[in-house]
Amino acid sequence: MGVGIEVQNLNAWYGNNHTLQDINLNIPANHATALIGPSGCGKSTFVRCLNRMHETNPIARVTGVVRIGELDIYSDAKPVEIRRRVGMVFQRPNPFPTMSIYDNVAAGLKLNGYSNKRSLDEIVERSLRNSALWEEVKDDLRKKSGASLSGGQQQRLCIARALAVDPEVLLMDEPASALDPVSTSKIEDLIFQLKSQYTIVIVTHNMQQAARVAEKTGFFLNGRMVEFDSTHKIFTNPSDKRTEDYITGRFG
Amino acid sequence: MHVEVKVPEFRVPQAQNQLEPANRRDRNPADTGSGGRSEGHSPVRRFLLARGNSAFTDMGFHWLMVLCALSIFGIVALIVWELLKGSDLAWANFHFGFFYKSYTDTYSGQTSYWDPVNGQFSAVPFVYGTLVSSFLALLIAVPLAIGVAIFLTEMCPRALRAPLAFLTELLAAIPSIVYGLWAVFELVPLLRVDVNPLLTRYLGWSGLFSDDNPTGLGFVAAAVILAIMILPIISSLTREVMTAVPHSQREAVLALGATRWEMIRMGVLRNARIGIVGGIILGLGRALGETMAVTMVIGNTPEIHKSLLSNGTSMASVLANEFAEAVSDLHRSALIEIGLALFIVTIIVNALAQLLVWAVTRGAPSQAH
Repeated sequence: MGVGIEVQNLNAWYGNNHTLQDINLNIPANHATALIGPSGCGKSTFVRCLNRMHETNPIARVTGVVRIGELDIYSDAKPVEIRRRVGMVFQRPNPFPTMSIYDNVAAGLKLNGYSNKRSLDEIVERSLRNSALWEEVKDDLRKKSGASLSGGQQQRLCIARALAVDPEVLLMDEPASALDPVSTSKIEDLIFQLKSQYTIVIVTHNMQQAARVAEKTGFFLNGRMVEFDSTHKIFTNPSDKRTEDYITGRFG
Repeated sequence: MHVEVKVPEFRVPQAQNQLEPANRRDRNPADTGSGGRSEGHSPVRRFLLARGNSAFTDMGFHWLMVLCALSIFGIVALIVWELLKGSDLAWANFHFGFFYKSYTDTYSGQTSYWDPVNGQFSAVPFVYGTLVSSFLALLIAVPLAIGVAIFLTEMCPRALRAPLAFLTELLAAIPSIVYGLWAVFELVPLLRVDVNPLLTRYLGWSGLFSDDNPTGLGFVAAAVILAIMILPIISSLTREVMTAVPHSQREAVLALGATRWEMIRMGVLRNARIGIVGGIILGLGRALGETMAVTMVIGNTPEIHKSLLSNGTSMASVLANEFAEAVSDLHRSALIEIGLALFIVTIIVNALAQLLVWAVTRGAPSQAH
């Protein structure tokens, strides 16, 4: 089951560029939370701060407190431990091209030395079923490479790969922005099913997508979080003028 | 609704149109109508029209390029022909025995392979020496080169990256004879005094490092110098293919909770392995044919011993050493046959390498992109 995320005074920099300024919010457990906002507003940087991927860039810097469940990820743990608990799906599908479909899904477990073959088979099947890919690939799990699938299938494979390590939180950084409408709707259905078991944070450019899948929505602008509320409220009766301008298409 | 499309006129304005004004005045009005312009062609157009269809120059260029391409085949064919012709005599004398037989000296009763005095020749110790020294060199160079490449691409501070990469590549620019000199004056004494006794003491039980050669020359010395020489090729190619692995692959592995080493292994080396194999093949290619530095340190004794510390020889070394002094026709012919064999060994190794590449790529229908 997922856990909640508590963010206090989060600031992030790329070099001298102050990309996130004083972010405070609570992301509820076992719900989908959408982050919207124009390009470059810091929403991607924000999710990358939630699994400490932000700091893999040598010029990046972070201050503030992020609690995932009970764990303060910036003071109580190493990045490696956090990333084992927080799964991430990227904007462009990035399966491992030299591995079979099976090995792609099992990669996270094999990496951490999990070698019980029987249960590995089960986990791979369950993850692929959870990501709605099982029926399409079950006959060539070991024959086909991860890169031989279509773009939408690759992204679902990446979701299966993230689910295989049984994460408490699943971060999705514009998971459908590189996909066609059919694949996009499959991914959205998936998020809808998964959010009862995982805490999902999804960054999206697509406001309809946020409205369809998320209970909570945060609006980011110029590195600040302008408004965070229930999705219904954000899209029908936002409290901030800037949020209203954005969702009605007056800018961005 | 009819839309008027304005077609811009791409013509040199009249005021600047001073080239051959007489010509334009003489033009037949019937001709000038063909282009839809009553005042005749602009100088640029006239110039281009006068060039014709350029078919002749194009054809000439075509055949020139064909000639260049064919000359490669021609050169290879000539080399093969020359080697075959030169090795005729040795082939007539020894046939395939040249590549597996040894001889027992009637006088001393000892086994020998290469006896110019008695006209007995066999390529066995040379092929053996070339293969052993090259593979030993790979054994040393490959881990080192991959280590260098990993450090340079993944760990090195940005400021140090360019100078270090430049230095490793500079190793490739040093002439072979200079390596040989360094090996004779520095490497061999070092091996003789410090390294070889240790190898004998700790690994002597294997029989591969016996202490019966006090010179410090031999396969190990040759392999070390070869390893240094092929290191830059392998590491620069490895570095290139590692840099080419997309950043998203590294992030994918990191997001699964990988340590830095796991990320390098799964996200980088795994995706770059085909290119790395390619680099190793190139290194092997250079090691097999390398002559000067090896000749200076391998000991040049046409014998086969189990110990890697014993003197040996290689195909390229014996050619360099003996060709100028070969008196008998048979001796010279035997040397040429070794040259032919070196040629063939290189081709076989390359074919094997291609097979290897095919074997590793088979599992991956599409490459990293």
